[in-house]
Amino acid sequence: MPSSGGSVALRVNGLGKRYELGERESYVALRDVISRAVKRPLVRSRRRRAVGDSVFWALRDVSFEVPHGEALAIVGRNGAGKSTLLKILTRITEPTEGEAVVAGRVGALLEVGTGFHPELTGRENVTLNGAILGMRRQEIQAKFDEIVDFAGVERFVDTPVKRYSSGMRARLAFAVAAFLETDILVVDEVLAVGDAEFQKKCMGKMGDAADGGRTVLFVSHNMTAVESLCKRAVWLDGGRVVADGPTPDVVGRYLSTSFSALSERSWPELESAPGNDAVRVRRAAVRPEYGSPSDPIDVRTPVALEFEYWNLRPNALLNLSVHIYNAQGVLVFNALPYLEKVWQGRPFPRGLYRDTCHIPGDLLNDGTYRVELMVVEGSRAIYKQDEILVFEVRDDPHSRDGWFGSWEGAVRPQLSWETEQLVDENVTVGLHVD
Amino acid sequence: MSSPPLVRPLTVIRPRGARTLVGWAELWAYRDLVYFLTWRDIKVRYKQTALGAAWAVLQPVLTMVVFSIFFGRLAGVPSEGVPYPVFAYTALVPWTFFANAVTQASNSLVAQEAMLTKVYFPRLIVPLAAVLAGLVDVSIAFVVLVGLMLAYGTVPTVAILALPLLVVFAAITALAVGLWLSALNVRYRDVRYTLPFIVQLWLFASPVAYPSSLVPEAWRPLYGVNPMVGVVDGFRWALLGGTESPGSAFLVSVAAVVALLVGGLAYFRRMERSFADAV
Ligand SMILES: Nc1ncnc2c1ncn2[C@@H]1O[C@H](COP(=O)(O)OP(=O)(O)O)[C@@H](O)[C@H]1O
Repeated sequence: MPSSGGSVALRVNGLGKRYELGERESYVALRDVISRAVKRPLVRSRRRRAVGDSVFWALRDVSFEVPHGEALAIVGRNGAGKSTLLKILTRITEPTEGEAVVAGRVGALLEVGTGFHPELTGRENVTLNGAILGMRRQEIQAKFDEIVDFAGVERFVDTPVKRYSSGMRARLAFAVAAFLETDILVVDEVLAVGDAEFQKKCMGKMGDAADGGRTVLFVSHNMTAVESLCKRAVWLDGGRVVADGPTPDVVGRYLSTSFSALSERSWPELESAPGNDAVRVRRAAVRPEYGSPSDPIDVRTPVALEFEYWNLRPNALLNLSVHIYNAQGVLVFNALPYLEKVWQGRPFPRGLYRDTCHIPGDLLNDGTYRVELMVVEGSRAIYKQDEILVFEVRDDPHSRDGWFGSWEGAVRPQLSWETEQLVDENVTVGLHVD
Repeated sequence: MSSPPLVRPLTVIRPRGARTLVGWAELWAYRDLVYFLTWRDIKVRYKQTALGAAWAVLQPVLTMVVFSIFFGRLAGVPSEGVPYPVFAYTALVPWTFFANAVTQASNSLVAQEAMLTKVYFPRLIVPLAAVLAGLVDVSIAFVVLVGLMLAYGTVPTVAILALPLLVVFAAITALAVGLWLSALNVRYRDVRYTLPFIVQLWLFASPVAYPSSLVPEAWRPLYGVNPMVGVVDGFRWALLGGTESPGSAFLVSVAAVVALLVGGLAYFRRMERSFADAV
């Protein structure tokens, strides 16, 4: 039996989780298994081993310790294994190797709304959801009013949840989980839920939890929230721990390296470069206007997109067309070089060209962007590459005035405002203003 | 909020963590969840179907009417000296419970996918609650049975005292079968399509429309391997009296249920680890 280690809330030791590829996707029919077993009873064992070849580790050799009362962030790009780690720690799934020792009760704020049934009322769902999270009946009863108040659904407690808006449902579910008294609180991306005001409440609640001596494990793509909540961060990549240390260091390294993979790409050999008989791409890069592709970009930074390409046919009338998509898959804008002064409208002799597209600062919101490149001749696309570049626009913590929810909208321009006082109450006292 | 509790139990999470057949302590800690899930299943079922509670009565009653006309009247199936409608209905009460509970339990894990992939709790609770929810139907169906017995002047004997035990026996049978099928259903997605067929075959392999005395004496022990033989015979014995007390077939059924249950628990336990990955 491992010792409790005094003040250690969580000790993870060589944790690993293996998935068999295709285990989830393929449709396993009992009928096939039976008929296979009947037809060729001896083949079964061999087939099993063949399956074993296509395994992959979603998590491997992960070790760390969290002292009691610490808030730890887990960062990493999609597919890094963050959710898998949280699922093991909350015992939703079992590890394949290694072990984790957890002191006390673990509560999760994973995706919320689990177990809500549309036919049941808010009151009934709160009770049920509490029980699913492991609360005793008296505990739920004692906190009921607080929960409902926090979620702001007092007037609808006896209405079936199917009549709730999705926001109300999410708020209620979050509230149940937030009031669960646990020693360790696991939070996975809750900031995606609810409106700005509710997000602020959630951040406050998590801050309270950490201050109140509870251990918090926090997974989020929102680096501003991560940096404000957690002093320490673990960076996972490919299922392994890449870095473990003070949040600013780890997050800085994570952001600068994680996205460089697709912030500059080049294909020096013409034959194997992406393209066709008409054009081939030699290089694509995204960088701050006054920096190099590995430098971070935040919401205020002007950005330059560069594309170098070979034109392989004489006198082609070429245009590039660039589509920028955000993480939600929304087309933010489509850029075309119509204002370019030198080559626009002229036939291109064969040769190597470079186009640079300048995106002003204070335009893109924070988030991940995907760049799609199209080469157009006349009105016909002659070449297209979906994901030629991917880049991350960081938030600028100084521009937000202490608020950490997501800033809504596809773009985030700095617009000029004027406020004018039209009536001065001090002067017009006595006047009747309706 | 209040300060964290002083005693923090250590939980060790490691591969193949569960070694016991049933985590009793954990099940006890989650007893409220058993209660709430059962209650939810009942509530939702009665809210969703237009007929609500009437369905619990209509299903066995209509089957009883059809059986009485075709098996009782036209085919002249014997009913051991009891009016055929009472004879059939007495069996249909546990049978309808069993068929519904097994169906609900089998689909329970797949239906609770969202819960399984997002929260930990003893998975056993899901099929268990599905079976327990079915017991409400049994009590409603019993009300009709009492009316039927009064109408036909059937008087029970002291054997009726064994009835609660027999209801428990029926529930355990449904749970044992439900455990197997619910776990298989997660792994093999064609199970749910074969289920109605299995249930239908099972009905005719059980002494619901006919008395088990139709089966030759020598074959009875083998017949008893179907646990519903023991359940249905037990119900008839307890409620209608008259017939001899359940014999060797009943004991075989009890043994079969124990084997099914232990095997089902073990299989469920083994598959439980991968439920969240597979659903
Ligand atoms: N049930 C599963 N079966 C097979 N592969 C899975 C399963 N769940 C997750 N994975 C894979 O494991 C890897 C890690 O996933 P995840 O932990 O969700 O990453 P993250 O949360 O960091 O985005 C991914 O490549 C994902 O596709």
